[in-house]
Amino acid sequence: MEQAFLIDYFPIFVFIMIAIGISTMAIIASWIVGRQKPDDEKTSPYECGFEPFEDARGKFDVRFYLVAILFIIFDLEVAFLFPWAVSLGSIGLFGFWSMVVFLAVLTIGFIYEWKKGALEWE
Amino acid sequence: MIDLQTFNIIPVMPEIIMALMGMVLLIFAVSQGNKSYRIVSWYVVLTCITVGAILLRFPQGVSITFGGMFVTEPFAVFMKLLVLAGASLVLLMSITYMQREKIARFEYPILILFSTLGMMVMLSANDLISLYMGLELQSLPLYVLAAFNRDNLKSSEAGLKYFVLGALSSGLLLYGCSMVYGFAGTTNFIGLAEVFALEATPVAGVVVGLVFILVGLLFKISAVPFHMWSPDVYEGAPSSVTAFFAVVPKIAAIGLLIRVSMSAFGGIAEQWQQVLMLVAMGSMIVGSMAAIVQTNIKRLMAYSSIGHMGYALIGLTAASSAGVQGLLVYMMIYMFTTAGVFAIILLMVRKNMQVETIDDLAGLAQYKPLMALCMAVLMFSMAGIPPLAGFFGKLFVFQAAMAEGMYTLAIVGVLTSVIAAYYYLRIIKVMYFDSATEQLDNVEDSGSNFVMRASAFFAVVFITIAWPIVEAIHYAVDSLLFL
Repeated sequence: MEQAFLIDYFPIFVFIMIAIGISTMAIIASWIVGRQKPDDEKTSPYECGFEPFEDARGKFDVRFYLVAILFIIFDLEVAFLFPWAVSLGSIGLFGFWSMVVFLAVLTIGFIYEWKKGALEWE
Repeated sequence: MIDLQTFNIIPVMPEIIMALMGMVLLIFAVSQGNKSYRIVSWYVVLTCITVGAILLRFPQGVSITFGGMFVTEPFAVFMKLLVLAGASLVLLMSITYMQREKIARFEYPILILFSTLGMMVMLSANDLISLYMGLELQSLPLYVLAAFNRDNLKSSEAGLKYFVLGALSSGLLLYGCSMVYGFAGTTNFIGLAEVFALEATPVAGVVVGLVFILVGLLFKISAVPFHMWSPDVYEGAPSSVTAFFAVVPKIAAIGLLIRVSMSAFGGIAEQWQQVLMLVAMGSMIVGSMAAIVQTNIKRLMAYSSIGHMGYALIGLTAASSAGVQGLLVYMMIYMFTTAGVFAIILLMVRKNMQVETIDDLAGLAQYKPLMALCMAVLMFSMAGIPPLAGFFGKLFVFQAAMAEGMYTLAIVGVLTSVIAAYYYLRIIKVMYFDSATEQLDNVEDSGSNFVMRASAFFAVVFITIAWPIVEAIHYAVDSLLFL
């Protein structure tokens, strides 16, 4: 029982080993093959577009955040719609109407944010 | 698979009505703007009362629906009635307050409605999944409410603090749920109860999961050592929101705690009794000691409610029918008296500004005898002085602890309630024996005045109506324990 359970996980173990092997090789190879000319910019951690070490209280427009959060809601909606559509045959009328109710609730939220003016940039 | 024809929708009717009303009011209010604040507030109060009336006429006995996820029995009905009453009281006293503070936006009553809906789902949860759903539905509006006065630094801080710590506790709770599911093989409470009826000593994984679930729930009732957030949040949030925090979510979280520990994990009571015993002792000690040095009355109430949660948990630690009954009596009294104290806090206005230190009450008895009398009655009740209501709550939980042989717990309880009496009595001393420097304003706020009087009246007459209430609670608890 225990043995069979562990054997099920053997492929994952193999994957981990391969991943460790390749990443170690890549680091060692770049040490051997590449020319090492470090400067401040190269050794600092990479972070997309922002200075890695600065005051974390930098200001950015709250509207970016608003748009991002509104996007997430409808992103999630789609994430729910796909499995629902695929399994519609086996979940019956109850499953169908559950999703319709869910969409209706989302629509009410959408009307609220629209009326509130959250979708207008200016 | 659930069939649409055989699906029983009756047990969830109150929740569905609440949800529909919430959405209708939201659409109505957003088209009208903030001028609809008062009317929306009254509609929310009306919805709470209507749903309460429906619950009162609910069929007796146990009904389970949504594939075993949702259960209604007299216990759930009783707890939901308490929650609805608490929400209505808080709304009644906050309608004018929010306008005085110039933060009267229509989202306020609607958020309270949705949070109350979440609590009702929590109280009917019969599965770890629906438990989590209810818990999040009640928490998310609370985070927003804490930060409702968004131009105020302290209020924003309160909201953020509550959100971060609340998210942490939800994470712990979810981790516990996954552990329990992994080791017990089911998330359903009835299924869990069956599993634990078979095995006398549970595997370690289940116990670890159980402790994590308890931590998540104890955080919501701000029991020691998970109480750090509550004084800061209580102080920073608008006072009416603090009143809501202090009164309503605690009822729901205690109800959920009772259901989880007594019905799902009832078979392994020894495992959680030790945890709850330590938490109860810690809450009583911290609640009584730390409150002594407070000067802000909202912070004082935060520590006072930590202490009260300690006393309430004594009843659950006893893990007996009598203990749970005592706990419910305690919570009911706690709810009504705390609502009254906060109504008085909302009425503390000087030169059109809310004031909230204890010294602001100085000499209140000389120029506002009724308000001082109500406050004195409520403070005596909270200190547990007979024949007021608070005494009976303490009496029942201590009795239950003694019956189960938990003498240490009862002794700590009695000692800390003596210490706690000091700061309750200090408020009375300030009101009656100190001289007033500046008087408080006369505020036109019939809602708060009504809640203040009703709550003090309740504290006084509880002794005469105690018997039918205890009978009703007995009936409710029986329905839970013999599921």
